Amino acid sequence: MTTPTKHERRIVIRPPLSLAGTTRDENRKLIREWWAELDAAEDEGRPVANVFVMGSMAEILRTFDMPIAFPEMTSLQTAVRGRSLEYITTAEDAGYSPDICGYVKADVGVHLQGRDHPMGRLPVPSLVVATNLCNTYIKWGEIWERMYDCPVFVFDIPGWRGSGFETKPSSGTFRDDVRYVEAQVRELIALCEEVTGKRFDIDRFRETLAEVNELSRLFQEVLELNQHRPAPFNALTEGINLMGIVNAYRGSPKGTRFLEIAKAEFAERIDSGVGAVPDERFRLLLVGTACYSNFRDFAGLFEDWQGVFAHSDYMSFAGGALDRGVHYDLDRPVESMAEQMVLTTQEAMGGMFWGQDWLTEVVRDWEIDGIVFHGVKSCRTVSTGLPDEREWLLRRRDIPGLFIQSDLVDPRLWSAAQLKNRIDAFFESLESRRAIGARR
Amino acid sequence: MPTEPIEQIVDEVRAIVEDPSYPAARRWLDTHPDGKVLGHFQVYFPEELAHAAGVLPIKVAGFDTALQIRKADAHLAAFVCSIARSALELVMSGTFDLLDMFVFPPICDVARHSCAVWARNFEDIDCQILYLPHNAASPAAVPYLAGEYRRILREIEEVASTRVTDEALRASIQLFNENRRLIRELYRVKRETPWKLAATEAYLLTRAAGVMPREEHNEILRRALAALEEREGRPQDRIKVVFVGGFCEQPPLDLISVVQDACYIVDDDFMVGLRWILEDVPVDGDPIEALADAYLNRSDYSPVQHDPRKPKEEMLLRKIRESGAEAAIIAAAKMCEPGLEEQVGYSQALFAEGIPHLVMEFEEKSTTFEQTRMEVETFAESLLFEFA
Ligand code: SF4
Ligand code: SF4
Repeated sequence: MTTPTKHERRIVIRPPLSLAGTTRDENRKLIREWWAELDAAEDEGRPVANVFVMGSMAEILRTFDMPIAFPEMTSLQTAVRGRSLEYITTAEDAGYSPDICGYVKADVGVHLQGRDHPMGRLPVPSLVVATNLCNTYIKWGEIWERMYDCPVFVFDIPGWRGSGFETKPSSGTFRDDVRYVEAQVRELIALCEEVTGKRFDIDRFRETLAEVNELSRLFQEVLELNQHRPAPFNALTEGINLMGIVNAYRGSPKGTRFLEIAKAEFAERIDSGVGAVPDERFRLLLVGTACYSNFRDFAGLFEDWQGVFAHSDYMSFAGGALDRGVHYDLDRPVESMAEQMVLTTQEAMGGMFWGQDWLTEVVRDWEIDGIVFHGVKSCRTVSTGLPDEREWLLRRRDIPGLFIQSDLVDPRLWSAAQLKNRIDAFFESLESRRAIGARR
Repeated sequence: MPTEPIEQIVDEVRAIVEDPSYPAARRWLDTHPDGKVLGHFQVYFPEELAHAAGVLPIKVAGFDTALQIRKADAHLAAFVCSIARSALELVMSGTFDLLDMFVFPPICDVARHSCAVWARNFEDIDCQILYLPHNAASPAAVPYLAGEYRRILREIEEVASTRVTDEALRASIQLFNENRRLIRELYRVKRETPWKLAATEAYLLTRAAGVMPREEHNEILRRALAALEEREGRPQDRIKVVFVGGFCEQPPLDLISVVQDACYIVDDDFMVGLRWILEDVPVDGDPIEALADAYLNRSDYSPVQHDPRKPKEEMLLRKIRESGAEAAIIAAAKMCEPGLEEQVGYSQALFAEGIPHLVMEFEEKSTTFEQTRMEVETFAESLLFEFA
């Protein structure tokens, strides 16, 4: 068949939905509030923490009432606003290589341009918490350390260990890991006391943990809604909004409330038979990240084929393991935080390196037709082994996959024609598989 | 008895170091038919653990054009450094078919992914990540690392079907202490009398440690040091530099040669893992804890370890001061995220201190160095003029 184009697509009349747009509106409101808090922090003399989506330690920082900046999100926003390249080139002019993570450069560029970001003013961090879950986090933290002389706390969560490794709470390795992580939870608490001048309030900590338990439960429920056909939300385009809020508001009642709104809107779509992509024909799983500098075009290449991303591994690893089910025991808050950190991040991060089993489960449970592996030059953390994983899943599990490459935020690496050719060929192959399957 | 010329010893090790079929490991297996081989990726691995189990540790540090990449590229994203490709190719191509176990440290995300790629493709090799701690200054890091060393030791014991005693570990530590002492001595000669020992020679002699039994390597170093005592040489009018950027992927030998044609490289971070531990590891207490403590508290620095006690720029400045260097070469392997990021920090610190430096990139597979030669010569000449 010929490729349908955006222009040929039918205009779809959707039934009026009372909750339509509520998630988007709440998302915008919360992002505005988040920026306002970051903007005001400097004037109010509140110390800001720079953290990362994989292991933000928001549970601890929120207990100290610290505004939390996510530079990955603010870099992503420069791209969505079409401004990333100017910041990236500012950083390159200052000596940063064309071959390093574009998020780092977009952020450095903003800092070098007086911290003026298209959405507000980036705060000067008083503290950096960098987990080892991406090694670039640590290098990024060192850049602010040099710029602002702020402490960088490397929060180390030992991860997947290789052949035959399983996270077993009964194992000696798990206990060793938890001991190490628990000691770091206590070290970070002491450092936050120093930076903020406040005492650690264990009851406030418990409240934050309880909120994360709830956030995780709701997050799992929202993801499961997408097992429905047609998928009520696109894990690519709408998923990114969910991820922004669950990170920025992790541990806050506002984050939990946001997921309730999203869940209600998606449930309504299901009840009304409305899918995220009109006339859904292909259900896809994204492995890697999207291209945010050309986000609409990237999404359009799949939507043109009525392909919906029913899930993504991004919604797993970039959600601080919320999808794995976080269950903090409020009677032993510090110990339990350490245990849950080890348990859930080993699963979620293990899924990034050793992802074939988790991906196979998602393919089964979300009824995925094919996996799109998107390697981005910026991010070796998600991209390095993708071609191998794709080949393995095809060969060993007969799961079709497409491997494409561009970037997160650097539009110079976007090659529309090449991507379109590969994506079109992939959909054609999925159609042939379907036709062969139907004949059998 | 007259000592043999150093050139002869260097030629001998060069033949071993540059051969991707690992001839010294093959020879060892000829005499140890049931022996097991443990490979490990850059930067650091406590080889004593393998040695004490009677297992041969081999350090995989990449290859230049001696190894053509044919199969590995299809398994890795395009923007990944060369050493990850050449390491994978070694095994995929069957060139290095001796491995029973392979260990990656979590130095970067390419290394962590590589472990998964290896584990998916080589089911006969026990592929492990030795999770060296990233929170190096935490008081909990040493006990954690000791536990992690014990876990890896159990894996090794299983692969080798043996049990390792503390006595065996202590004996291995002593052997490796001696090896580190000899390498320090070699570096001292290079630092104090660079006209007697070329950087390429010191490099090959050091790197050989990773590809042959340490007993043999200690012997080679003893012979080399004896030969150096006899070697004549007169200082030439060259600037002294520290070269950094060789902590993981290695610059091709020809590139080191190009630099040394114009400068004395008086210190560097080539193969820093072999020299990571700076003092003898004590043998009187628990050997595993001693190794863990040495890794964290008696050790060098590199761009892939954040340790607030060792700010990297300050460490570099100290290296420059202590080696009497006048300038620095700040290199990084192409596509190496941590190395490339570190270049900027180093460069800023050197600017602030007014220390001349040259920033460059390399790839283990590069074959043309004319541009580099021109840059290095211009750099060195301008400095000679300035310092004259
Ligand atoms: S390398 Fe990837 S995970 Fe790490 S900071 Fe960059 S984009 Fe984020
Ligand atoms: S060269 Fe750099 S990126 Fe490559 S494996 Fe080594 S540290 Fe990682």
